[in-house]
Amino acid sequence: MSATSFQPIAARPAPTDSRSLPAWLRRNLFGDWKTAGSTIVLGALLLWFVPQFLNWSLLQAVWAPDLKACRAAEGVGACWGVVAEKFRLIIFGRYPFGEQWRPLVATALMLAMLVASCTRPLWKPWLAVLWVVVLAVFFVLMYGNTLGLTKVETDRWGGLPLTILLATLSILMAFPIALAVALGRRSDLPAIRVFCTLYVELIRGVPLISVLFMASFMFPLFMPQGLTIDVLIRVLVGMTLFAAAYLAEVIRGGLQAIPKGQIEAAATLGLSYWQIQRKIVLPQALAMVVPSIVNSFISIFKDTSLVSIVSLYDLTGALDMAINADANWKPFKLQGYLFIALIYFIFCFSMSRYSQWVEKQVNKSKGR
Amino acid sequence: MSDPIISFDKVNKWYGNNFHVLRDIDLQVGRGERIVVCGPSGSGKSTLIRCINRLEEHQQGRLIVDGVEMADDVKVVDAVRKKVGMVFQQFNLFPHLTVLENLTLSPIWVNKMPKKEAQEKAMQQLERVRIAEQAHKYPLQLSGGQQQRVAIARALCLTPKIMLFDEPTSALDPEMIKEVLDVMIELAGQGITMVCVTHEMGFAKAVADSVVFMDEGQIVERSNPHDFFNTPQTERSRDFLAKILGH
Ligand SMILES: Nc1ncnc2c1ncn2[C@@H]1O[C@H](COP(=O)(O)OP(=O)(O)OP(=O)(O)O)[C@@H](O)[C@H]1O
Ligand SMILES: [Mg+2]
Repeated sequence: MSATSFQPIAARPAPTDSRSLPAWLRRNLFGDWKTAGSTIVLGALLLWFVPQFLNWSLLQAVWAPDLKACRAAEGVGACWGVVAEKFRLIIFGRYPFGEQWRPLVATALMLAMLVASCTRPLWKPWLAVLWVVVLAVFFVLMYGNTLGLTKVETDRWGGLPLTILLATLSILMAFPIALAVALGRRSDLPAIRVFCTLYVELIRGVPLISVLFMASFMFPLFMPQGLTIDVLIRVLVGMTLFAAAYLAEVIRGGLQAIPKGQIEAAATLGLSYWQIQRKIVLPQALAMVVPSIVNSFISIFKDTSLVSIVSLYDLTGALDMAINADANWKPFKLQGYLFIALIYFIFCFSMSRYSQWVEKQVNKSKGR
Repeated sequence: MSDPIISFDKVNKWYGNNFHVLRDIDLQVGRGERIVVCGPSGSGKSTLIRCINRLEEHQQGRLIVDGVEMADDVKVVDAVRKKVGMVFQQFNLFPHLTVLENLTLSPIWVNKMPKKEAQEKAMQQLERVRIAEQAHKYPLQLSGGQQQRVAIARALCLTPKIMLFDEPTSALDPEMIKEVLDVMIELAGQGITMVCVTHEMGFAKAVADSVVFMDEGQIVERSNPHDFFNTPQTERSRDFLAKILGH
C-alpha cells in the first residue's frame, strides 16, 4: 500500500461549444420531440401572425388624419390617422382646448416627481414635503381660479392627467391606510382587530364598480341638504379605500412571514411596539412583498379606467367620448384602443421593471 | 440569601387553561451569581427564564427583578428590559441590518445615545467577543458561531446587570460551540449575573455557582455543580445526568 501523492490539476476553461448558437438551439428548442414539436407549432403561428400584423400596423397603415385614405385602407392597413385627428381629445378629454398647456405642465411635473421618488438618494423626509407642494401646484394649475388662471371645474378634467392623478393619489393615500389596517389586524386589542377585519372583508366582497357607484350616486343622498362633495373627491376616496383593503392583505402576508424571534429580540432590547414595527418588522415585511405591492399598484392604475361609468373621463373614457361623438371616425375605434393600450402598457411595464430593480436592491442588502 | 437580584416567590404559570407549565417556583439568584438551568425537554426552562424579562407573564406569585416587582405595566417592563440582556438559541439577529447596526439600534433608539458614541461602544463590544472585523457585514454572511457572538455583543450594548441565555449553543455545529462558550466563560469572570439554560455540562462545571434542575415545571434540585454531578439528590436528576452524560 503506497501513499498516493497529491497531483495538482491545472485549471481548464469551461467547454465552450455548449454556448454556441447551434448547440443552444438544439438544447433549448429541439431537445426532444415534444420540445421540437411545440417549437415548430409556435414558430409557425408567429410566422403567420407577425408579418400580417406588421403589414397591417406599419406598412399599409395610414398615418395622416385623412378620412378618405383611411376608408380606402380599411381591412388592409391600420388607420392611425384617428389618433392624429383626436389626439388632444384622447389625451386631455374635455379640458378646455385653449388651456390644455395647464394639464400638460401639471402632468409633466407629476411624472417627474414620480420618477424622482423612485431613486434611492432622494428618499429623504423632504421628499414628502415636495410631494405636498407638487400636488398643490397640480391642483392650482388644473383648477385655476387664481393667479389669472380661469376656473376649470373638475368634471371637465380628463384623459391622461386624470388617470395619472387618480392612480397616484389613490396609491399615495392607500398605502398608509393599508399599513395601519395590516398592523391593526394583528393588534392585541380585539376592537381594532375586528374593525380592520370587517373593513377588509366588506371591501373585498364587492366589485370596484359598485364602490364607485356608491361613492358617486348613493353617498350624496345621505349628505345634508346643500352640502356637496366634488365627485372627483368621492371617487378618489372610493378608489383609495378599495385599493387599501387589497394592499393591506398583501402587507399582512409579509408581516406574517416575520419570525416571532425577531419581535422578541427587539422587545428584549427595550424597543417599544412602534419602534419594533418601524425598525424591525415593516422593513423586512415590505421588502418581502415588493412584487405583490407593485402588482397591486398596477391593478390600481388599470382600475382607474372604471371611473368612466360615473362620468369622469379618464384616458379610456376620453377615448370613448372622442370617437363616439364623431360618426366619421367611429369605424376606427380599434386603432384608438390600441393606442391607449400602448400608453397603459408603458406605465405598467415601467412599474414592473422598477419592482425588479427594487427586489435586487433588497436582496443585495440582505447579503444573499 | 441577602438581597437577591432575581427572586421567584411561589410563581405559577399556565399555558391556556390546563397546562400548568411553572409550578410553585421558588428561586433566588444573588448579584453576580451564575446559574445554569437544565432539565429534560419541555420541563419549562425557557418559560422560566423568559419570565425574567417578561417575554412570558406569570399568573400567580411574585417575581422581583433588581428591586422591581414584575407587573403588567409598560413602565415596569421597560425598566426591567433595560437591565436584562437575552441571548436566544436561534440568535435572532436582524437580517436587514449590518452587524454594527444590530448593536447600535437599541442604544440609539432606546437610550437616545448619539450615533457616534453608540458606534464606538458597539465596536468595543465586538472586540470583546472578538469579531470587530465583521462589523459591516450582514448577519447572514457570518457563520453560526459568529452570529451568536454578535448576539451576545448586542445584548451587552445595553450594559445589562443580568444576562439570560436560552440554549445559546444548541443550534451550532460542534466546532463552533467552543468559540461561543469561551466568550461566555470570559463574561462570567466579569461579575455580571448570568442565568443560562444549557446542557453544556463542561460550562456548568467551569463557571456555574449553582445548577438548577427542572422537571415537569418544578425545580427539583438546586446544588453546586460539584455536588450535582457527583451526588445528585433525586432519582430524576440521576436519570437525566445518565442520559446527557451518556453513562
Ligand atoms: N406559547 C405556548 N403555548 C402553549 N404551550 C407552550 C407554549 N410555549 C411552550 N409551551 C409548552 O410548555 C412546555 C415547556 O416549554 P419550554 O419551552 O419552557 O420547555 P423547555 O424546558 O425550554 O424545553 P426545550 O429544552 O425543548 O427548550 C412545553 O411542553 C411546551 O410545549
Ligand atoms: Mg427551551
